[in-house]
Amino acid sequence: MTETRRSTTKMVPFPSRSIVPERDLDKQPILETNHLGIEFGGLKAVQDFSITVGRTEIAGLIGPNGAGKTTVFNLLTKVYQPTTGMVLLDGVDTAGKTTVEASKMGIARTFQNIRLFGNMTVEDNVRIGLHNQISYNMFSGIFRLPGYWKQEKRQHEKTMELLSIFDMQDLADVKASNLPYGAQRRLEIVRALATEPKLLLLDEPAAGMNPHETEELMDNIIRIRDQFQIAVLLIEHDMKLVMGICEGICVLNFGQIIAKGTAEEIQANPVVIEAYLGKQKEAEA
Amino acid sequence: MKKPNRRFVTNLCTYLMVIIAFFVCRSMIDAGTMSRSMKGQLVPICAYIVMAISLNLTVGISGELSLGHAGFMSIGAFSGIIFAGWLRAVVPDVGNEVRLLLAILVGGVFALAAGFLIGIPVLRLRGDYLAIVTLAFGEIIRSLLNLCYFWLEGTDLRFSFGSSPDPAIKYLFNGPAGAQNVAKIPTETGFIGGFILVLVTLFVVLNLIGSRSGRAIMAARDNRIAAESVGVNITKYKMMAFTVSACLAGMAGALFGLNYSTLQSVKFNVDASIQVLVFVVLGGIGNIWGSIISAALLYVLPEMLRTFSTYRMLIYAIVLIIVMIITNLPLVRGFVTQLSNASERRRMHRDGKIRKGDAV
Amino acid sequence: MVIFLSHLVNGVSLGSVYAIIALGYSMVYGIAKMLNFAHGDVIMVGAYVCYSAIQYWGLPPFVGILLSMVVCTLLGMLIEFGAYRPLRQATSLAVLITAIGVSYLLQNVALLIWGANPKVFSSVVGFGSLTLFNGELKITSEALITIVVSVLIMVGLTLFTGKTRMGKAMRAVSEDRGAAELMGINVNRTISMTFAIGSALAAIAGVLLCSSYPALMPTTGSMPGIKAFTAAVFGGIGSIPGAMLGGILLGIIEILGKAYISTELGDALVFAVLIIILLFKPSGLLGRPEREKV
Repeated sequence: MTETRRSTTKMVPFPSRSIVPERDLDKQPILETNHLGIEFGGLKAVQDFSITVGRTEIAGLIGPNGAGKTTVFNLLTKVYQPTTGMVLLDGVDTAGKTTVEASKMGIARTFQNIRLFGNMTVEDNVRIGLHNQISYNMFSGIFRLPGYWKQEKRQHEKTMELLSIFDMQDLADVKASNLPYGAQRRLEIVRALATEPKLLLLDEPAAGMNPHETEELMDNIIRIRDQFQIAVLLIEHDMKLVMGICEGICVLNFGQIIAKGTAEEIQANPVVIEAYLGKQKEAEA
Repeated sequence: MKKPNRRFVTNLCTYLMVIIAFFVCRSMIDAGTMSRSMKGQLVPICAYIVMAISLNLTVGISGELSLGHAGFMSIGAFSGIIFAGWLRAVVPDVGNEVRLLLAILVGGVFALAAGFLIGIPVLRLRGDYLAIVTLAFGEIIRSLLNLCYFWLEGTDLRFSFGSSPDPAIKYLFNGPAGAQNVAKIPTETGFIGGFILVLVTLFVVLNLIGSRSGRAIMAARDNRIAAESVGVNITKYKMMAFTVSACLAGMAGALFGLNYSTLQSVKFNVDASIQVLVFVVLGGIGNIWGSIISAALLYVLPEMLRTFSTYRMLIYAIVLIIVMIITNLPLVRGFVTQLSNASERRRMHRDGKIRKGDAV
Repeated sequence: MVIFLSHLVNGVSLGSVYAIIALGYSMVYGIAKMLNFAHGDVIMVGAYVCYSAIQYWGLPPFVGILLSMVVCTLLGMLIEFGAYRPLRQATSLAVLITAIGVSYLLQNVALLIWGANPKVFSSVVGFGSLTLFNGELKITSEALITIVVSVLIMVGLTLFTGKTRMGKAMRAVSEDRGAAELMGINVNRTISMTFAIGSALAAIAGVLLCSSYPALMPTTGSMPGIKAFTAAVFGGIGSIPGAMLGGILLGIIEILGKAYISTELGDALVFAVLIIILLFKPSGLLGRPEREKV
């Protein structure tokens, strides 16, 4: 039905009912969650969430509105601390870590409602992503010691290189809030990549984009994965994008996983169809 | 960076503006065309310019509303004054320049320490809660100062807390009566010192903004959650901005204090903090050269209105309200942002930076 | 023990004044989301109007109070209409600076009209003191009246915001201004009404404050204004019982601190307690914590 851009790798089962691409099987998975859950005042927003994401996998997290997808991202990036279960990032337990520490451990994200540093230029936005990649301190900065010039120069080059992924070098000196919507979403991805993540979380990257831009985005996500050899976990409502590039897909409904599998398996899964179509019937009634 | 970017040019102009203003004032003094009362204002103007720049670091760059900035100024002023008094007793023939320099450094160090201690609780709060707590700290500092007594016994600095004054002692700092017998610095020296302090402040603040730390501070202001998600330690950078700002305010305080022979802590109450905030807001939030101009003009304005004596503060209040309303009229604001954004958008289109198919 | 009781009563009385001012602060903050720094100066105007009515025009105290309430109500609405309404869309900092401008304006107009010399405000309360414990504990009638009035006001305000149409509109606007507007609530009128009530309360507070502490100057309102704001934050800004609780606690702390620790440190103590409370309860004693949605 939809055109697929997925690599033709076979998906194989990984111990614990998940699947990862065959090429990642003998490597440490980048992300493993075990029975992850969080409650807000008695309401279980997410429960029993267990997935595995392979080292170079592009994985999808889908589900109806309010299913708890963004909450999962907030749990992975430690914006929320889980009430149950655990998250292993590259085999390391993230319990008790802060958002900043999670970033340093190699997890980066974009936001559903874009969160750029609006008053700063495109270049400065990316440079903040490179914050922990450079190391000169406040005094070198104020007194412009040699370390400042050397690292600022390297940082500038790195920024331009990253912006070139989306062909945005020309926009470097534009104020971020003046960018068109699609460019803002792309800038968020560049900023996240600047932190040199091992796992990139994209929260509805195609939202608000036109079909032409979405097509480009799909190519770019694959290119980013290939170039940086990182894993991508994305939330998206655009099924064309999800079915087109995601290797493993996880479906969430009412905070619980209702299906995991390849695009073909998910499309054929009666539970998934019911979750989506069932809603449609209610809407019609 | 090959082409000079906009920030570089703005910074250069800011330095130039300060240097030119200094030499204009100097030549006016030399030519004898500056009035006595104006001459008396020179050092306080320098001090308040430094205050405005440093508060802009907290309010504009770091985005935290502080209503207690004068508290740091008072710590700097009184520690500087007491130090200068002690120095005069220990090394009687020390030059004015050295005394001023050391007093400013001492004032800066004490204010920095206070800024750090106060920053720990204050920066855990946000928005208006943070504002009221900074106000509270400013008032606490003032109340505590009213209970402090410093005096010299020979070359030993003595201190007592809470006890009522002994009329026989010649106090350096006498509780509610404030600093007395100040080792005052002549205006000429003070003005040169003030000019250098303004330049140093500019250097510190502008270079900080243009560095990794400054970007982190602004990122934390623009979007806290996004900044954390890319690994910026918010608390650390908020603290950095707050303490640097406090330190500069302390230096300004020492400069200010040594311009008078007596100085009471009432000078540094909430009204003083608010006055500096008015300078910053009217000069433009986050706009450093704007702070300089508005601090200088607004400090002198009430003096210039002296002919209207009884009406001057009334005029000041009315001007303040009208300026705030006009600059914030939706029409005016829309026009200004449109002007800046439209030119940028046009440039992007012209240079083909935005492609046809892009959703805007 | 008796001395302690007498300090306590004075504390509750002063605290009641703070509470009445804090109610105005808190309501305005809750609904207009702004720090109305000029609120303290409305108190001062209220006291001056009452003073003039009694001293210059020879009106009975009761009429003086009513007149000062009317003047302050109109003044509050005028300030809102002239200075704050044009800034509805502006940043909170711009509104804060405008409020400071209004505060300067009121102080200087008062300076022109009534001069800088302190006026001796004669108490509006006509009867004598209450004596207990064989004359050992004397409670001034001002203290008693202040406490009673503040309790009445709190009860009245609670009923007003809970039961009446306008009160419900106020709560709706403070919850979500945009949604309230969509539901057909006239936001401008609601905010104006809030200022009217807050300013009328300020007039009462001014008269009561000056009955207990008779020196009246153009700057009389600023410190009680700041302390009342502290009280509002202390109790949880936007909350009516919070403002009441915060005000009374603050008054008690201030009076007891001045009596038993140091007169100089009374104010410092008030602010220190505020800081400590906010560290443990960042939105005040009875305030609701806010959560940012990610």
